[in-house]
Amino acid sequence: MTTTQHTRVLREIYTINHGQNVDDGDLSHLTFQKGPVMSNLKLPDVNNLTLNNRDRIIADLKKICPGEAVITHEREMAAFESDGLTAYRQMPLVVVLPETVDQVSQVLKYCHDNEVRVVPRGAGTSLSGGALPLQDGVLLGMGKFNKILDIDYDNRCVVAEPGVTNLGISHAVDDHGFYYAPDPSSQIACSIGGNIAENSGGVHSLKYGLTTNNVLGLEVVLITGEVVEIGGKHMEAEGYDLLGLMTGSEGLLGVVTKVTVRILRKPETARALLIGFPSSEDAGQCVADVISNGIIAAGMEMMDKYAIHAAEDFVQAGYPLDVEALLIVELDGPEVEVDHLIDKVSDIAKANKAVSVVASTSEEERLNFWAGRKAAFPAVGRISPDYYCMDGTIPRRQLPKVLSRMAEMSRHYGLRVANVFHAGDGNMHPLILYDANVPGELEKTEEFGAEILKLCVEVGGVLTGEHGVGVEKRELMPVMFSEVDLEHQQRVKCVFDAKGLLNPGKVFPQLYNCAEMGRMHISGGKLPFPDIPRF
Amino acid sequence: MADKSKTTFKPENETQVVEAVQWALANETAMELTGTGSKQQIGNLTETGCGLDLSDLAGVLLYEPEELVMAAGVGSLLTDIEQELADKGQAFAFEPPNFSHLFGLDTQGTLGGMVASGFAGPRRVQAGGVRDHVLGVRAVSGRAEIFKTGGRVMKNVTGYDLPKILTGSWGTLAAMTSITFKVLPKPETEATLALIGLDNETAMKVMSKGLGAPVDVSAAAHVPGTRTLLRLEGLAPSVAARMESLKTLLAGGGEMEVLERDMSRDVWGKIRDVRLLGGKADHSDNAIWRLSVPPAQGAKVLADIEQSLKVNAFFDWGGGLIWLEVLDEDTACAAAIRGAVARFGGHATLIRAGEKSRAGAAVFQPQPAVLAALSARLKGSFDPKGILNPGRLYEQGQR
Repeated sequence: MTTTQHTRVLREIYTINHGQNVDDGDLSHLTFQKGPVMSNLKLPDVNNLTLNNRDRIIADLKKICPGEAVITHEREMAAFESDGLTAYRQMPLVVVLPETVDQVSQVLKYCHDNEVRVVPRGAGTSLSGGALPLQDGVLLGMGKFNKILDIDYDNRCVVAEPGVTNLGISHAVDDHGFYYAPDPSSQIACSIGGNIAENSGGVHSLKYGLTTNNVLGLEVVLITGEVVEIGGKHMEAEGYDLLGLMTGSEGLLGVVTKVTVRILRKPETARALLIGFPSSEDAGQCVADVISNGIIAAGMEMMDKYAIHAAEDFVQAGYPLDVEALLIVELDGPEVEVDHLIDKVSDIAKANKAVSVVASTSEEERLNFWAGRKAAFPAVGRISPDYYCMDGTIPRRQLPKVLSRMAEMSRHYGLRVANVFHAGDGNMHPLILYDANVPGELEKTEEFGAEILKLCVEVGGVLTGEHGVGVEKRELMPVMFSEVDLEHQQRVKCVFDAKGLLNPGKVFPQLYNCAEMGRMHISGGKLPFPDIPRF
Repeated sequence: MADKSKTTFKPENETQVVEAVQWALANETAMELTGTGSKQQIGNLTETGCGLDLSDLAGVLLYEPEELVMAAGVGSLLTDIEQELADKGQAFAFEPPNFSHLFGLDTQGTLGGMVASGFAGPRRVQAGGVRDHVLGVRAVSGRAEIFKTGGRVMKNVTGYDLPKILTGSWGTLAAMTSITFKVLPKPETEATLALIGLDNETAMKVMSKGLGAPVDVSAAAHVPGTRTLLRLEGLAPSVAARMESLKTLLAGGGEMEVLERDMSRDVWGKIRDVRLLGGKADHSDNAIWRLSVPPAQGAKVLADIEQSLKVNAFFDWGGGLIWLEVLDEDTACAAAIRGAVARFGGHATLIRAGEKSRAGAAVFQPQPAVLAALSARLKGSFDPKGILNPGRLYEQGQR
């Protein structure tokens, strides 16, 4: 897909979810995978009975959700055939856009009773194909759940419907000096319900946490149609931490219909440092030293030479071009503290061979430092026909090793790679640059990407830091987890959805039969225990 | 501190944990999981045929201060871990409490117990709870299988977040063997602003105002009839500057005083460990309850309860955590407390009770039917034969 097509898709997604048009500028910083339909994705075997019964299913769904809420024409459904991972597309069986919790409950109960698969969808900005439709599945779009229900400053929380955008929550409380902390780069478009599904992060997560650390309560509709309330405005939900389990479950366990999140008071001041280093090792050591000195920065972002040049060409943020690595360190809090820490971090940077250290002296300058980083993806998009964004997390001290291995791979595959890195928490976003029009290059890119993620796991990291597994990294799950590990996860799926109807084909490399997996084989009863001390 | 009257396995490594669980499965014998026993008297009474003492699975497995990560065996003493962290200027951000004095004990808890119970201290309002700092877990499920979940990095969405479901599960899903967690720098200093003589309702408003101000309050508590406390932590000049802002913000609400570092540490230690309520040595078996409620509604919840019960109480978490000591003897206090919680939202846990009332009342907040069924199925998925701490968290009707 070209950049123009790409922007068009973005605009459509945004328009559908928000009922208003946006110009290109508003979306320029959004992160979306680029590239044509990828090679070898296998979705669960299609249930032909469901396909044959399509007309009846549509008629039944229209009884539950009257009016325009059931979309059946291909032309209209096309807007839903993909999410932020535009590489994959699939036309759904039918799209349903419910307006009430009762409708969601009835739709799910209907699908459960009739064994019809369901794919929930928020704003459709997933970068891992989490909302990719199924040919035999109802696509349940939650975009009409777009109201903020309660702003409670005394309890420092907001209750919102899942279709409200991430930024919409911050905007709603901005007047009172509050905000919602997790800030994924798609925050203008992505929905809070989708954030729950993916456990979205952002650039401030080391200090302020991911979605899971900022959610207090959920209302969830199970595939059976039952509605449950988990948590509320109090801290620590009772019993098993279902709140923690639901968050990041990628739409496999239930459909969220109400979210309670905590809001924070905006810090008094924020300042940023722009630091250039002669090597990524030096930049990495600087980050380690900052943390060892007891400083938890609001954000620490690193870019490699390739990303620096692309970003500077694109937005002219004033980045130094003669450095190998660039670090943006943001500090927030009371002025006296921020000023003190700016000096301290500057000293640490200089001790780590920094060749340029610039501290922001105005809000405008601070935002300018960020402008290049925030535009890094589209900037790379400008200089390459296509790119593919990865999302592994590594223990930070492994960065030099990972970068040098990645450089070797880059030479091996003959594909360039640009790196942006949430340095504070070890979450890396290598962007592989390729041209889909060159035969075989796409396949090479996918292979390269998989090798990078395997490397992340090898050095003690994980496959995905904030984009989710979805369909994209599904096949790599066994790299990180044993069969037994995965079975323990899959059985949790069975607890919520024994028929496997909610978003099947995502997260796990294969579908399991719940009854089969629940069985237990006890080996004998005469095991000797000579080694176990007893008393 | 296992019950000496029954067979107790004391595995020295993970393989032996598997073997012990295999034995329990084969013999259909339920196991009681223990560390040092500091929280053994919390939770529903269980009927178990043998013990699984995990205290030998001790020791730090990995500590990288510059990565803010540590991994250790579940049997590790919290005091040992906290010492090792303190040597590098770090700590658990959520201030794990030690309730042993409520039980007339002087026992240090273990890492496994801290995570299995999921109790967080005063800094919960600012830094999150235990659940927010557990990154990865290795465990043996009730299927006698070793599994791992999560990882060692801060940002990880690979698969379901099972470390969260194990945190606060009271050993009912799996016997954890080692835990990887996030640690944070220990604040350089602290000071506490104390407001004197506020009524409960006013105190809630004051704490709410403080927690909603850009001064980074790290704890807020109210002891009825005495003081309302707001703590500031960090670098000395920053604490001093924020203290001035906080004083200005809350001026006009009565008398104030500042507790400097040592006094501040002392008072928050007492609040964290619930030393403001009667220890078992001083009192009889007065029931002690822990309520989590919407912070701004804390005073209303207490007023509601006080209509029918005579209690000693104090508030932490800006009003969101209420500690109650029921002073009436032999009273069916559960109904009054649970009723109040139902009206305002939240949940109540019976932390201490005589054996009789512990057997008679559900210790944890009873769940609505659909959630209860989910909990039961979750238990069944990890522990289909119900051999790990059966009934400790919820009734064991549902293997």
